[in-house]
Amino acid sequence: MIKVRNLVKAFGTRVVLRNISFDIEPGEFITLLGVNGAGKTTLMSIVATLSKPTAGKIFIGDMDTQQHAAYIRRYIGLVSHKTLLYDDLSGEQNLRFYARMYDVEHPVERIETVLRQVGLWGRQKDPVRTYSRGMQQRLAIARAILHNPPILLLDEPDTGLDQGAASMLGELLAAVGTAQRTVLMTTHNLERGLSLGNRVLMLSDGKIAVDMPREDVSIEALAHYYQQ
Amino acid sequence: MPQNLSSSITSDRVISEHPPQFAYLHKVLAIAGKDIAAELRTKEMMSAMFVFSLLVIFIFNFAFDLRTDNANTLAPGVLWVAIAFAGMLGLGRSFITERDRGSLEGLLLAPVDRSAIYFGKFLGNVLFISVVEVVILPLFIVFFNQPLGIIVPLVGVIVLGTIGFAGVGTLFSAMVIHTRARDVLLPIMLFPVVVPVLLSAVRLTAGILDNLPFEDVQNWLGLLVAFDLIFLAVSYMMFEYVVEE
Amino acid sequence: MTAGTMHSGKRDIWGLVLTVVSGIMMITGLYLAFVFAPPAMNLQTAVERFTQRVLYFHVGAAWVGFFAFFVTFAAGIGYLAKRTFFWDNLAHSSVEIGLTFMTMVLVTGSIWAKPTWNTWWTWSPRLTISAIGWLMYIGYLMLRSAIDNPARRARFAAVYGIVAFMSVPINFMAIRWWRDIHPAVVASGSNEGTGGFDMSPNMTATLIFCVVAFTVFYFTLLYHRMRLGNVEHEVETLKQKAMYR
Repeated sequence: MIKVRNLVKAFGTRVVLRNISFDIEPGEFITLLGVNGAGKTTLMSIVATLSKPTAGKIFIGDMDTQQHAAYIRRYIGLVSHKTLLYDDLSGEQNLRFYARMYDVEHPVERIETVLRQVGLWGRQKDPVRTYSRGMQQRLAIARAILHNPPILLLDEPDTGLDQGAASMLGELLAAVGTAQRTVLMTTHNLERGLSLGNRVLMLSDGKIAVDMPREDVSIEALAHYYQQ
Repeated sequence: MPQNLSSSITSDRVISEHPPQFAYLHKVLAIAGKDIAAELRTKEMMSAMFVFSLLVIFIFNFAFDLRTDNANTLAPGVLWVAIAFAGMLGLGRSFITERDRGSLEGLLLAPVDRSAIYFGKFLGNVLFISVVEVVILPLFIVFFNQPLGIIVPLVGVIVLGTIGFAGVGTLFSAMVIHTRARDVLLPIMLFPVVVPVLLSAVRLTAGILDNLPFEDVQNWLGLLVAFDLIFLAVSYMMFEYVVEE
Repeated sequence: MTAGTMHSGKRDIWGLVLTVVSGIMMITGLYLAFVFAPPAMNLQTAVERFTQRVLYFHVGAAWVGFFAFFVTFAAGIGYLAKRTFFWDNLAHSSVEIGLTFMTMVLVTGSIWAKPTWNTWWTWSPRLTISAIGWLMYIGYLMLRSAIDNPARRARFAAVYGIVAFMSVPINFMAIRWWRDIHPAVVASGSNEGTGGFDMSPNMTATLIFCVVAFTVFYFTLLYHRMRLGNVEHEVETLKQKAMYR
């Protein structure tokens, strides 16, 4: 599904990702871990076709992201720690806008479906400004799955959420993730990340330090990398 | 071709198999429409622009003591200064909201060529400035005591001038939001580049107010149209480089 | 200008050669302008005749001012295509030097204007376009200084350099049409407005020599400035390596 080959990303003279390669099969739920600055967001951003690699290639569905970016984006949904929502518009207006941008057929029905799925049906007419942070993240997820993408990228979706909201989000992600999607998620919450995923990748100093199925991973072993 | 992608959506396919016809245009209009909808909710930008241009006209009136005889000489300049300043105000705003709320990324994620963002924003900007102009124009006619017959040709000049202004302005405001001194930087960057627009617009306006024959001002019209076309094209091409990461 | 000779501390043949040649040409130029060239006989007072000599530097500076801008334009395209530091360094250096020359244009223009037309400033086409070019340079430098991210800074500067330079010819046309009292310099007897004059062969030779001398001087300054830029870049790179292991 996603093939990363010799990916290098440098910002000026600072190299953030050093020659990374890995594959993601359809249906996998990958938890991407790493300390701040390890390059997780950079990697996500490149997979989402928002940034370009300095060197190397990424193939999504066997298509080169640098050549077919606009087409590939139809099949990707991204939830980042910024909401990507328009505060002054209502939840419904936001979704209708994105439905147009993604050529969603039958937008009205689809919007209702996802709003119910994230538990925001009833608040859709209110401006996003009035939503709590947790509600905004839920709307962000609604936006990300609106076009039913086979690939879902989640960049620290639980940022800024309290425990209750975060666990609600976790349940939502579990439900959404199993709908035969391929998911790549970064998180700082080790426990939740490990409970959701079935494979763990860890970035350290711009390289992949850990790549193993979830069952083989222990929190103690990972903590070692965080302490460096 | 994209076997893995579209066939892996095992549940209902929600997006159309192939992008529909005119998808690009649809998305450009969607972006412009979204900006308009957002602005209609708050109206903060347009009210600022409107009040500002009113102030400019008033101030000019008092500053230059515009009696009837020299009013006509200064009128075109006053009109275009008001439009230029109000325009700068509006241009600055259009990308700020995107950046502060991270929603520019949302646009960049959309499955459409980046240039659609440029045209969508451009259209939105043209509309916003036009709305303010719609208010300024009658005031202008009233304060400067102009005959109503000038409205149609003057609107034409105003449209062309606005396009020239917003064409480059949209590109520059996309750059300026990433900087620290964004409000100051946009006028400094934009003004020297759009001088031909201002010169042509003022000359054409003067020609209309003074009822000059068309031949006298036609090369200004040519210049304005040429500027609009060239710089719309150049800005469209450069926009990709501004939003890439 | 290979990377090898750009390193400080190594013997810098090119730099030396350029500096020496520049120096010789500039001094010769001074001699030609103040001693060799005959006084302009159609000017009334001795003061006017003396200040007319500033023309030789004024024109040279104007030519370099805009040539430097063209270099920035080309370097901007080069950067967007190749994305190497060299192109960005070239663009930035050329702007800094061009700004210096452009300032010289405005100052010498003013020196010339006072005794000739009894005013410190005229909105003649060449001075106006130089003032606008000057503003564009300032805009470029302000843009650069307002962005921290080096890749984005280089990219945005390149875009602005390209768009701004493209507006120069159109600007020039517009301003030419707008006003016309600046004398046509190498004209044969055409007197546009006040202050036109004929150029004898000696004067022409002096003028051309000064233009060439200024151009060589520009390249010398550019070379040294780029070397400085390279050193700064190296320091930056080393700092990054140290900070991020």
